[in-house]
Amino acid sequence: MTDLTRKTADELAQALSAKEISSVEVTQALVDRIGAVDGAIHAFLHVDAEGALATAADVDERRARNEQLSYLAGVPIAVKDVLATKGLPTTCGSKILEGWIPPYDATVTAKIKAAGLPILGKTNMDEFAMGSSTEHSAYGPTHNPWDTTRIPGGSGGGSAAAVAAFEAPLAIGTDTGGSIRQPGALTGTVGVKPTYGGVSRYGLVAMASSLDQAGPVTRTVLDAALLHELIAGHDPMDSTSIPDAVPAVVAAARRADVKGLRIGIVKELGGEGFQPGVQARFTEAVDLLTAAGAEVVEVSIPSLQHALGAYYLVMPSEASSNLAKFDAMRYGVRVPPTGVDDPSAEQVMASSRDAGFGDEVKRRIILGTYALSSGYYDAYYGSAQKVRTILARDFASTFADVDVLVSPTSPTTAYRLGEKLDDPLAMYLGDVATIPANLVGIPGLSLPVGLADEDGLPVGLQFLAPQKADDRLYNAAAALERLLEEKWGGTLLSTAPELETVR
Amino acid sequence: MTETLVPFDEALTRYDPVMGLEIHIELNTATKMFCGCPTDFGAEPNTQVCPVCLALPGALPVVNAKAVESAIRMGLALNCKIAEWCRFARKNYFYPDMPKNFQTSQYDEPIAFDGWVDVEVDGETFRIEIERAHMEEDTGKALHVGGSTGRIHGADFSLVDYNRAGIPLIEIVTRTIEVPPEKAPAVARAYVSYVRDLIGGLGVSDVRMDQGSLRADVNLSLKPKGSTVLGTRSETKNVNSFRSVERAVRFEISRHAGILDAGGAVLQETRHFQEDSGTTLSGREKSDADDYRYFPEPDLAPVSPSREWVEELRATLPEPPAVRRARLQADWGFSDLDMRDTIGAGALDLIVATVEAGTTPQAAKKWWLGEMARRSNEAGQDIDALGITPQQVAEIQALIDAGRINDKLARSVFDGVIAGEGTAEEVVVSRQLEVVSDDGALGAAVDRAIEGDPDAAAKVRAGNLGVAGALIGAVMKEMRGQADAGRVRELILEKLS
Repeated sequence: MTDLTRKTADELAQALSAKEISSVEVTQALVDRIGAVDGAIHAFLHVDAEGALATAADVDERRARNEQLSYLAGVPIAVKDVLATKGLPTTCGSKILEGWIPPYDATVTAKIKAAGLPILGKTNMDEFAMGSSTEHSAYGPTHNPWDTTRIPGGSGGGSAAAVAAFEAPLAIGTDTGGSIRQPGALTGTVGVKPTYGGVSRYGLVAMASSLDQAGPVTRTVLDAALLHELIAGHDPMDSTSIPDAVPAVVAAARRADVKGLRIGIVKELGGEGFQPGVQARFTEAVDLLTAAGAEVVEVSIPSLQHALGAYYLVMPSEASSNLAKFDAMRYGVRVPPTGVDDPSAEQVMASSRDAGFGDEVKRRIILGTYALSSGYYDAYYGSAQKVRTILARDFASTFADVDVLVSPTSPTTAYRLGEKLDDPLAMYLGDVATIPANLVGIPGLSLPVGLADEDGLPVGLQFLAPQKADDRLYNAAAALERLLEEKWGGTLLSTAPELETVR
Repeated sequence: MTETLVPFDEALTRYDPVMGLEIHIELNTATKMFCGCPTDFGAEPNTQVCPVCLALPGALPVVNAKAVESAIRMGLALNCKIAEWCRFARKNYFYPDMPKNFQTSQYDEPIAFDGWVDVEVDGETFRIEIERAHMEEDTGKALHVGGSTGRIHGADFSLVDYNRAGIPLIEIVTRTIEVPPEKAPAVARAYVSYVRDLIGGLGVSDVRMDQGSLRADVNLSLKPKGSTVLGTRSETKNVNSFRSVERAVRFEISRHAGILDAGGAVLQETRHFQEDSGTTLSGREKSDADDYRYFPEPDLAPVSPSREWVEELRATLPEPPAVRRARLQADWGFSDLDMRDTIGAGALDLIVATVEAGTTPQAAKKWWLGEMARRSNEAGQDIDALGITPQQVAEIQALIDAGRINDKLARSVFDGVIAGEGTAEEVVVSRQLEVVSDDGALGAAVDRAIEGDPDAAAKVRAGNLGVAGALIGAVMKEMRGQADAGRVRELILEKLS
């Protein structure tokens, strides 16, 4: 029997639909794979083998009765631990939520359950999605399947590593400044941040409400489109959800035709500060697109120089307020202050937050509290919002001339665990290319485009499209994926080193 | 610390009060401001909650469209402009009864602004300018258990009920109220009473001060006469009746004057009005260091009511209060003085409802401005908080009209109804208040009265009918008031004719 863990979601869906395999078989194979490799990878914070197999058995039974099922029914999935899952722990990678089991499902979770995808478990992440390496998880870092001494990116390192290590064909990530796309680039997987409002945020534990967006993490562009279509759509429970119809992303992924497509290389998102091997693979990929008939031009968006600064004001400001609810009053870990008899509620809140939050979370809460303070608001939060307005205007005028934009997803390949842990600013700079899409609300997709010469590690290329034109990403990325695989004679991930398995 | 109070009149010889009022109105929408939880008053604690109003991780708010509609109608009734575009903001501070540790409110972009109302005191009209009316959500309710005061200090532990968390509120903020200093307390009371009637007329709130669906905060400072420099203000909360509004203003003027006379500095603080003593006690100290770090709520889309919708809502407004009062006065045949007393007693809507329930305007006025106004004064309670409804007043009047009780017995029926002994009918039965209309029993009592006072009987027989009163009184006394005096008179005259 072929290794079911290596199959794409689309292949699994077809085989399930043809009743060549059962969901229980697939789910069991993945549960076994998790058992074998996750000790080395630590992609999962919680594995729910029992629940996943129960869902799989239920789907198999319904399929045996010839019930009408969702296309992805029976295809297992991993969910980032920042989405509420009824009955399954949801910690957001934080001690403060250790043991919390939500009494409700996020809309994304509900859609996954309704479609019959077995949920394998919850994936590791930087605490409250704050970080770019997954080293800020309170439960220990995730390791990059390409080299376990390296980071998988973050904050969604768990979802990306799970997919790259063949522990799951599909995963859900969330992206506030690159947390889906950057781990995708660093692990050789596909990651998509949909248009802001394209996927419901209800049940996504917010870091920065105006930037957060959930999206697919997969090994192929088509799989991402299939998952995107499943989780997207208007949700009355989320006021910022877009009422429009979901763009035809699956059809676009199947079309995969860049002939005549106008592609803009963003001058400011490349060149200086970008690793040579990253730049080289990016340029080759663009050449492939040109050869396939795309019209490639260089564009400049000078206001991008302010994006990183604006992001690091807006994000912590919103986070400082969003994280205020973690006060040990209604749920979560309660740590009374030591040496205080009869502590007040305020004292318990303070000591619990002190014990429950990690350093990076505290750093951002303090930054955000400061930025919103009376007398500083206009200079910080107010100015940052103005930058967003200007950026949105500049992107809109750029998109008048091109259909999609491209850049390297991340300036570097995966660095070593611990390498940037003491230098937050260096880590923040790693998000320079992904952050603008969040500030402007446009969709972005990262596709693996090869390995850097200097370290043999995966490089990602990012496509950006106008708001609500997510389909353009899938069309262009699927075309490039095909061109690359023709050139390589297979997928990039098939060249990843075999992981040691534990029996 | 004991405070030296300066008598009100004396205080005004040296200082001018600067006063503003904030009124919080709980809307009577079926569901909360940002989620679908019910809003019923008095439910079991923590039974009307969900992930949104408990601020469970991941939950998101959605604006209640009905609350926006109510806010717009309220704004229009207050002669405000309605914003074409406005947003919610987060007011950040930590407090255990506030699930998110921020209140979703409106800050510099209120739904309604720049309005006014005219209120009347002793026949004189005063214009109160409205700065803004904005939407926000209520907090939960903390219950401090143990200790003697029911306040947090000295309590053994505290419980929080989140049923109230997320109930829609409208906060109405006045500009500084410019009135002759001596009128300030009465104008404050008249304003709150007026707003109660106005909002009550819209049907968007129960506007019950005793249940907290209308809450008034009094902001007050003093400035020395002739000075243009504002003093430090106090913010008095827990003012639970119209009468208390007036008392709170008077007390704070006396208290501030005492501090200033002694060369002291008034603290900027929240104070709690004490119903029993008519004083205020220090609450939380406020300072300019309080920083709520307001910023636009990113989880909610802006609210942009179309002009067409606003005009549609304007068309649904009831007639303006001045017009309504004139109409009612004409319909009821009340004198100007009657009308002024009615407004002053806060009894306008009560009389309307009593008349609607079938009582004549004169009878309704008699009960509300007589018996009920007296009880309200004696109990120090607002007239609508006495525990008697217009429907019940109408029922009692109907019993009088049917000759089953008289005005005097009715007072006992009121006692019984207020004491919760049942309906008027039930009270009449259980207290055995029904007038004796059995001519046999009455006739015997009349005979005994005639026998007991032959002189009077003789005078009546001789045509001096004025003396019949003495005989009627004797019969009524024997019947312990439970007789129809008219019927007694008839019987006496029959027997002595």
